[in-house]
Amino acid sequence: MLNAVYQLVRPRQFEVTFSELGLNEDAILVRPTFLSICNADQRYYQGKRSEDILRQKLPMALIHEGIGTVLHDPSGTYAAGEKVVMIPNVPSEHSDVIAENYLRSSLFRGSSMDGFMQEYVSTRADRIVRIPDTIGNDHVAAFTEMVSVCYHCLSRFDRTAHAKRETLGVWGDGNMGYFTALLLRTLYPDATLLIFGVDMEKLGNFSFADGVYNVSRIPKDLLVDHGFECVGGNAAGQVINQIIDHIQPEGTIAILGVSEDPVPIFTRMVLEKGLRILGTSRSGRTDFEGLVRLYAENPEVVSYLEKMVGAVVPVRDVKDAVTAFEMDIRKGMGKTIMEWY
Amino acid sequence: MGKVYGVVLAGGIGSRMGNAEKPKQFLEIGSRPVMIHTLEKFVIHPGFEEILVLSPKAWVSYTRDILKKYLPSASNLVVLEGGATRNETIMNAIRYIEAQGALDEETIIVTHDSVRPFVTHRILEENIRYAIQYGACDTVIPASDTIVQALDNESISDIPDRKYMYQGQTPQSFHAKKLKETYEGLTEQERSILTDACKIMVLKGEHVHLVQGEVSNIKITYPYDITVAQALLGLETEG
Repeated sequence: MLNAVYQLVRPRQFEVTFSELGLNEDAILVRPTFLSICNADQRYYQGKRSEDILRQKLPMALIHEGIGTVLHDPSGTYAAGEKVVMIPNVPSEHSDVIAENYLRSSLFRGSSMDGFMQEYVSTRADRIVRIPDTIGNDHVAAFTEMVSVCYHCLSRFDRTAHAKRETLGVWGDGNMGYFTALLLRTLYPDATLLIFGVDMEKLGNFSFADGVYNVSRIPKDLLVDHGFECVGGNAAGQVINQIIDHIQPEGTIAILGVSEDPVPIFTRMVLEKGLRILGTSRSGRTDFEGLVRLYAENPEVVSYLEKMVGAVVPVRDVKDAVTAFEMDIRKGMGKTIMEWY
Repeated sequence: MGKVYGVVLAGGIGSRMGNAEKPKQFLEIGSRPVMIHTLEKFVIHPGFEEILVLSPKAWVSYTRDILKKYLPSASNLVVLEGGATRNETIMNAIRYIEAQGALDEETIIVTHDSVRPFVTHRILEENIRYAIQYGACDTVIPASDTIVQALDNESISDIPDRKYMYQGQTPQSFHAKKLKETYEGLTEQERSILTDACKIMVLKGEHVHLVQGEVSNIKITYPYDITVAQALLGLETEG
């Protein structure tokens, strides 16, 4: 079978190419239905990665967040027609110590291999997770991967941070901040949850939080037990240093924001306060499974996430894909979803 | 909803394929014959009750053999003998459905050239949807070249406005019973000018809806097309 793969060949230009897939092989074939655009995709699309990286990675199909329908499973694990979320991390080995998303040998869709912008995605059984019917919103399900990254961070935080979790602070008023804060609200319902950002309108979306603060007007004596950095980019350093200022001794700073360049951190205070800095990136199968369970058990989480669904763009050809990416650039907050035909 | 049948037309005897020994549907792209690539798109689509493969009489056994080899687990493939013309071949498929007792007002056929292996899931999906909704549909792409009409084959009689011109591809999809009845209602003279199945409906003033095709949905007709197909697959081509 000749599978259409929609690759980014250079910034802002997609072209269709084909790969050969066979029905006799072991692979499961999934038909993508709803795909969600991430900032990492935008960095490729807009040519914001370095020239070397672009030269090395393109042409490549983008998108690592998406759901689909199983069409063909020779192993019989999945029935044709089952709705699944696709896991972009593709490990090639197992370690008892290092999680699959930190193994340097793992591949990742839309980064080191073709992403989900394909007619069919050929995958292994352990790279898809069933979506129960109780999660009725396909648009929300489409960005499960991004929320699973926050879920992964919180799982690691839960295992490693000290037990006092009375006041938790999230720095960042964007999507990552919203997802992290929402999961914290669900997993630590009794904690005081504070959000720190720059845009009061965006901060207004965090209706489930106990308090929101503009980062330039944080009371000096305000202290959190643990802090979550969800900003990244050029501001990451300022944010981490602000968390250092407002965190209790022995607290954990979890970093979720991606920076392109090295970030100066005031390590003297990290040492003086005995802080832990927890880096987290991407997610693995257990995180997807845990999150899907959390969605099923907490329908209000899905309901809050519905607010984050931005434009839903039908994509029938490369022209539509360009439209979706351009609309995504202009969005304020939320996720742009491609309804994949 | 009625049953939907794939009708894959493998009628070509390969006369235009240079010195190739086999009809073009049996030539290989990548690791499989062109026809297998095409049929896999139908087999994997959950909408089809059966996929009827219409082959020239001399190639029926060969077709069965390669289906057994490449698609051993596909249980809904049926190889039938084609007719003298494209439309007679389609009628053979409809007669088969009728003989199964499955032909009713809602039965849909999605007819497709076996030599168009780049057909996409979306194109198949929209053919089924629009055939159900409108009774008939044709897959097309906007004409990229200006179309020149020469009724005497020597001088231009008209140059139609390109924005209304399209290039026909396949699939072409129909309510099977309606297509058969309309075809049977044509005179011999009307039948003699038919170039494809949609024209049966157009001649009788029936609505035929347009489905957006793809430039890549090429027909493997000439040796050059194999080169293009290999290039679309990112494979090295000979020569």
